[in-house]
Amino acid sequence: MYKVVANSELAPGYKLVKIHAPLVAAKIQPGQFFVLRIDEKGERIPMSIFEFDRKRGYIETVVHEVGKTTKKLASLEVGDGIMNIIGPLGKPSEIRRYGHVVCICREGTVGAIHPIARSLKRAGNKVTIIVGARSKEYVFLLDKLKKISDEVIVATDDGSMGRKGYAVSALRDFLKSNKVDLILSIGPTLLMKTASKIAKEHGAKAISSLGAIMLDGTGMCGACRVTVGGETKFACVHGPEFDGYKVDFDELKRRQKMYVEEEKIALKEYERLL
Amino acid sequence: MSKKILPKRVDMPEQRPKERVKNFEEVALGYSETQALKEASRCLQCAKPRCVKGCPVRINIPGFIKCILNHDFKTAIKIIKKSNYLPAICGRVCPQELQCEKNCVLGRKYEPVAIGRLERFVADYNRSREYKVKKKVKLNGKKVAIVGSGPSGLTAAAYLASYGYKVTIFEALHEPGGVLVYGIPEFRLPKEIVRKEIEYIKNLGVEIKLDVLVGKTLSLKELFEMGYSAIFVGTGAGLPKFLNIPGENLNNIYSGNEFLFRINLMKSYKFPEYDTPIKIGKKLAVIGGGNVAIDCARCAVRMGAEVSLIYRRTEKEMPARSEEIEHAKDEGIKIFELVSPIKFIGDEKGNVKKIMCVKMKLGERDISGRRKPEVIEGSEFTIDIDTVVIAIGQSPNPLLLETTPELRVTNAGTIIVDENGETSIRGVFAGGDIVTGTATVIQAIGAGKKAAYAIHQYLREVGDV
Ligand SMILES: Cc1cc2nc3c(=O)[nH]c(=O)nc-3n(C[C@H](O)[C@H](O)[C@H](O)COP(=O)(O)OP(=O)(O)OC[C@H]3O[C@@H](n4cnc5c(N)ncnc54)[C@H](O)[C@@H]3O)c2cc1C
Ligand SMILES: Cc1cc2nc3c(=O)[nH]c(=O)nc-3n(C[C@H](O)[C@H](O)[C@H](O)COP(=O)(O)OP(=O)(O)OC[C@H]3O[C@@H](n4cnc5c(N)ncnc54)[C@H](O)[C@@H]3O)c2cc1C
Ligand code: SF4
Ligand code: FES
Repeated sequence: MYKVVANSELAPGYKLVKIHAPLVAAKIQPGQFFVLRIDEKGERIPMSIFEFDRKRGYIETVVHEVGKTTKKLASLEVGDGIMNIIGPLGKPSEIRRYGHVVCICREGTVGAIHPIARSLKRAGNKVTIIVGARSKEYVFLLDKLKKISDEVIVATDDGSMGRKGYAVSALRDFLKSNKVDLILSIGPTLLMKTASKIAKEHGAKAISSLGAIMLDGTGMCGACRVTVGGETKFACVHGPEFDGYKVDFDELKRRQKMYVEEEKIALKEYERLL
Repeated sequence: MSKKILPKRVDMPEQRPKERVKNFEEVALGYSETQALKEASRCLQCAKPRCVKGCPVRINIPGFIKCILNHDFKTAIKIIKKSNYLPAICGRVCPQELQCEKNCVLGRKYEPVAIGRLERFVADYNRSREYKVKKKVKLNGKKVAIVGSGPSGLTAAAYLASYGYKVTIFEALHEPGGVLVYGIPEFRLPKEIVRKEIEYIKNLGVEIKLDVLVGKTLSLKELFEMGYSAIFVGTGAGLPKFLNIPGENLNNIYSGNEFLFRINLMKSYKFPEYDTPIKIGKKLAVIGGGNVAIDCARCAVRMGAEVSLIYRRTEKEMPARSEEIEHAKDEGIKIFELVSPIKFIGDEKGNVKKIMCVKMKLGERDISGRRKPEVIEGSEFTIDIDTVVIAIGQSPNPLLLETTPELRVTNAGTIIVDENGETSIRGVFAGGDIVTGTATVIQAIGAGKKAAYAIHQYLREVGDV
C-alpha cells in the first residue's frame, strides 16, 4: 500500500496528490512516469510527477479527472492507500544545454512540465514556459513555474488571464521576436502536433511527451505503440518523449480513442455506485 | 508381466464444449480418488523407470504413484515436492506427451500412464485439505535476491529458502507468477491454484516484493549493495513480436501478450466490474499457431466472438499442444491453414476492418525441420474482422539487459550463462525463458532448481556461507 499524504484541489477537476512511494521518489528523473493501480479491481494508469522528495519518499502528481480511475484517484483522502505503484518508468528527458527552450503545456500538464523545465534551467538553458488554459480558473501552480524559469506566458481561451487564445498562438507570436532552440510540448495531442510543426518551421528541435494508452508500462504488451519516423516504438520504454518532427500524431489521436465507449460505461457505473 | 494391464488410461472428466465456451472455469476437472487409484494401478513400478528420465526435474514418478495406491497422499506430495514445488501447475500445463509419458513403457503397446493427471490429483488432494509442510529451516544469515516471479524465479526461491537463505523475489507486476498469472488463461490454470502454490513457497520464508522493475526501480548493483550475496534473474520472454506489415497499429489489433494480460491479469472479461476494458468485436482473428495463439482464441470464444485462427503452415506443423488444438476446434474455432496476412485495412476512425492475406504452400524443409511456407503469387484475398490478435511469439524481456550493459547476451537477446547458470557478472545467475527463449514451465522450473544449487555452491566457495 502506498499512502496518500496530501490531496488539494487546484481547479475544478484538478487535484494535486502527494503519495508516499519511496522507491519511485528515490530514483525518478524528469520526463519519467509511474504506473498505479488503486485497488484490486482497478486498471493500471500512467501518471507523471510534478515534484519528488527523495529523502522523505514522496511524489506529487497533478491529477486531471477525465474518467473513472482519475476521478477515483482524486477522491482519495489523506491516509487512504493506493494498492500498486511502479516506477520510475520510461526514459528520462535528455537534459543538456540547448540554448533557449520553450516548454508548452495546457492546464494539468504543467505538472509534468515542471520538473523537466527546472532541470533544463539548471543545465544552463534559458527557459520560457507557455501555459494554455480554458480560463483563469484553470491556471495553477504559476508561482512554482515562475521560480524555475525565466518567463511564464499565460494564454486563456476566453482571455480571462494573460493573452486571449490558444497556447500555440502565443508560441507563434513569441517566436516572431525570439530565437528558440527547442520546443518541448506536453499536453493534448493536437497541441503537441501543432507545437512540433511550428518548431520545424522555426528551425527549432521538437520534443513531445506522448500520452499513449498504456497497460503494464514495462514493455511487455505493446498497447502503447506509436509510430515515430515510420517505425513502431513502445511509448513506455522508448519514450514517453520523442522527436516531435517524426511522431505520427494522427495515429496517436486515433489510438487514444480506442476505448471511448468502454470509458463511458465505466464512468457511468462508477457514478451510479457513488 | 503377470498382471493384467488396462490398455486405456482413465478418462479425465471435462466440461462439455457447449457449456465451457460460456465460462472461464477450468475445462479439465481432474480425477476423483477412485479414478486416480484406478489409473495408478496401471503403473508397472518399473525397476528402471524410463518416465523419470523424461521428466526435466526427475520426479520419482513410480514412487509417488505407489503412494497413491497405498492411499498415502501425504507422502506422495512430499516425494513430488522434493523435485518440483509447483505440481498443481505442472500437472495441468506440462506437455507430458513429450516428456515423462512419452517414455513410459506402457506406451509401446498401450496408452502410457497418465502421469500428469496423477500429479495433478496428488497436488489438488493435498491442497484442498490445506496440508502444509512445516519444515523449520535454520537461516544461514545470507540473503539472495530473485528477479522475476515466474516458475524459474519461484523455484529458485523455494530451493534457496530450503537451504537456509533469506530470499526476496522482486517482481515488476502487481501479482506474482509470471506467465502463470498473466498469460495462461483461467480455464487451463485457475489463478487460485497458482496463488496457493505461491502461498506455499512464501511459507518457506520467501518474501515477494511487487512493483519493483529491476533495472529501473533498483539496479543489480544496488541489490548487491542492499546485502544480497547473489542474484537469480528469471525475467522471462515477454516482449511481443509483431508482423511489421502495413496497418499493424490500427485500433483493435492486439499482441497476444496484451490480449491475455488484459483478460487474465486485469480480468477484462469481468468489465465493468473490473476497470480494464478490452475489445472483442463480433469477428476476431488470431494470427499464429502456438500455445499463445490457441489461448487467445479460446479466450475470445468465451467472450462471445466468432474466432478464426490464421496460420501460415498446416495444422500438423502447429507448435501448440495437439490436445489444445482439439479443445479449440471443439469450441468452434475455425482454423485457416496456409494463410499469411500481408496488410491490415481500417476504416476512417482507424479501426481495423479487414485483413488482406495471401495463400501459402509448403516448400523445402528449413533448419527447424519444418517445411517452409512459400507465398502463392496472385492469391490475395481479404477477410472481414473487427479485432485481431497477433500471437507469433515473444522475445526475451530486454529492459534489464539494456540497463545492465555488463550482462552478456546473445544476438537473440537471451542471457549467456555457463553450465552452472552463472552470467558474465560474478554472483548473478539466470534461467528460464530469459536464457532459453520461449520454452516451457517445467524447463523454467528445472533451470531455477539448478541455479539455486549453483548459487549455494558459489556462496560456499566464496566463503560467504
Ligand atoms: C506518460 C503518461 C503520463 C501521464 N501523466 C498524467 C498526469 O500526470 N496526470 C494525469 O491526470 N494524467 C496523466 N496521464 C493520462 C492518464 O494516464 C489518463 O488520463 C488516465 O489513464 C485516464 O484514466 P481514466 O479511467 O480516468 O479515464 P478513461 O475514461 O479511461 O479515459 C479518458 C482518456 O484518457 C486516456 N486514457 C485512458 N486510459 C489510458 C491509459 N491506460 N493510459 C493513458 N491514457 C489513457 C484516453 O485517451 C481517454 O480518452 C498520463 C499519460 C501518460 C501516457
Ligand atoms: C500464453 C502462454 C501459454 C503458455 N502455455 C504453456 C503451457 O501450456 N505449458 C508450458 O509448459 N509452457 C507454456 N508456456 C510457456 C511458459 O509459460 C514459460 O516458458 C515460463 O513461464 C517461463 O518461466 P520464466 O520463469 O522464465 O518466466 P516468466 O513466466 O515469463 O516470468 C517472468 C517474470 O519476471 C518479471 N520480470 C520481467 N522483467 C523484470 C524486471 N526487470 N524486474 C522485475 N521483474 C521482472 C515478469 O513480470 C514476469 O512476472 C506458455 C506461455 C504463454 C505466454
Ligand atoms: S515408465 Fe510408466 S509404467 Fe514404468 S514406472 Fe514410469 S509411469 Fe510406471
Ligand atoms: S504499456 Fe505495455 S508495452 Fe508499453
